[in-house]
Amino acid sequence: MNFEIIVQSIPLLLAGAGITIEISALSVGLGLLIGIVVGVCRVCLNKPLRYFAAFYVEIIRGTPLLVQIFVVYFALPMLTGSRVDPFIAAIAACSINSGAYVAEIFRGGIQSIDMGQMEAGRSLGLTWSQTMRFIILPQAFKRSIPPLGNEFIAMLKDSSLVSVIGFEELTRRGQLIIARTYASLEIWTAVAFIYLVMTFTISRFVAYLERRYRND
Amino acid sequence: MIKIRGLKKSFGNLDVLKGIDLDVAEKEVVVIIGPSGSGKSTLLRCINYLEEPTAGIVEIDGIELTSEANINAVRREVGMVFQRFNLFPHMTVLENLKLAPMKVRSIANDEAETMALELLEKVGLASKANSYPEQLSGGQQQRVAIARALAMKPKALLFDEPTSALDPEMINEVLDVMKELAHEGMTMVVVTHEMGFAREVGNRVVFVDGGMILEEAPPKEFFATPNNERTRRFLSKIL
Repeated sequence: MNFEIIVQSIPLLLAGAGITIEISALSVGLGLLIGIVVGVCRVCLNKPLRYFAAFYVEIIRGTPLLVQIFVVYFALPMLTGSRVDPFIAAIAACSINSGAYVAEIFRGGIQSIDMGQMEAGRSLGLTWSQTMRFIILPQAFKRSIPPLGNEFIAMLKDSSLVSVIGFEELTRRGQLIIARTYASLEIWTAVAFIYLVMTFTISRFVAYLERRYRND
Repeated sequence: MIKIRGLKKSFGNLDVLKGIDLDVAEKEVVVIIGPSGSGKSTLLRCINYLEEPTAGIVEIDGIELTSEANINAVRREVGMVFQRFNLFPHMTVLENLKLAPMKVRSIANDEAETMALELLEKVGLASKANSYPEQLSGGQQQRVAIARALAMKPKALLFDEPTSALDPEMINEVLDVMKELAHEGMTMVVVTHEMGFAREVGNRVVFVDGGMILEEAPPKEFFATPNNERTRRFLSKIL
């Protein structure tokens, strides 16, 4: 093990990790927005909306993220005729992907709330949307924290896939350094360790949120 | 106040209500009794359309329930108290009371709070305003639920077995609140197994079995000289 190479590569790798965090955070944020909307649509009273939401979830969940990245980056431009910026493509593919999983998490959370809550809200004259917003979703969100934590960790790791469109996040940086130095063992170990630090941080944060919201 | 005609409700092949006609006058307290599975809860839930009737007419205060808009309008005027309280667990008692008046009636926060505190005073729980529902006993939760329904200033209240989920020693604190409401002239429809309450507070007792009203009479008459054979059998088992 050549530690000197690791030390020399650290700044480059950390810069890559910064980009990994950037993609993951943006994708998770957008994925959350998509997920809330689609998750609510999955249980709403409007049939077409419900079907559309189910369709979206099935398509995304049923195809690999890698293929989705290729579709957004290589296939779509052939239809539209204009190139997609790798950054936009990466964010789009990852957040559309994450949105489907988050939607399922929220759907489960919503459906786990006692029916009596919706009935109590409606019997007070609140509309379906008001009851959803003020009564069901806040409770469902709390229950969704643990699975959302899993999803965020998965997203952070899966963001390594955008290296295939030449986007220089952590994994791609590692590949490039190895192409120059042939130090596979050192660099991949370092890359793995950096991922581990990031995912461990998230899992501690999620555990903190769980503790905080348990007693409310 | 409440007018029901030819009300039917089926769940798949199961006919739960087979044609109900019922009128409830203003300030009247109607107590609905009957065996489990007789359809009495379903009847109550059809009054504010928590269950959509398969056929028939429900009219509240002259408004027939048809569209989503007038169902919402009617629900504002008809409060409901559930067997399992259904308080909002993520909100304090005070927030439980304030939510609907503020969102549905657009009442300002200060005014809603004043009103909520008055109602909590009335049900004897002013000191619990900032507690969460899970910190209260069952009886206290049910009293909060009644106060929450009252916060909408309803013209009528529906009670769906309000004491069935309570420990025996807590039943009276809830019944006392209901009695007080009845004396103040609230229009009430109460599904219950509390025959003492029916006798003391009810203006009329309605016996439901097999999805039909088999007998209705003032409590004195109802309990002393039931006409229907099934009513007699039911009463002999529970009294």
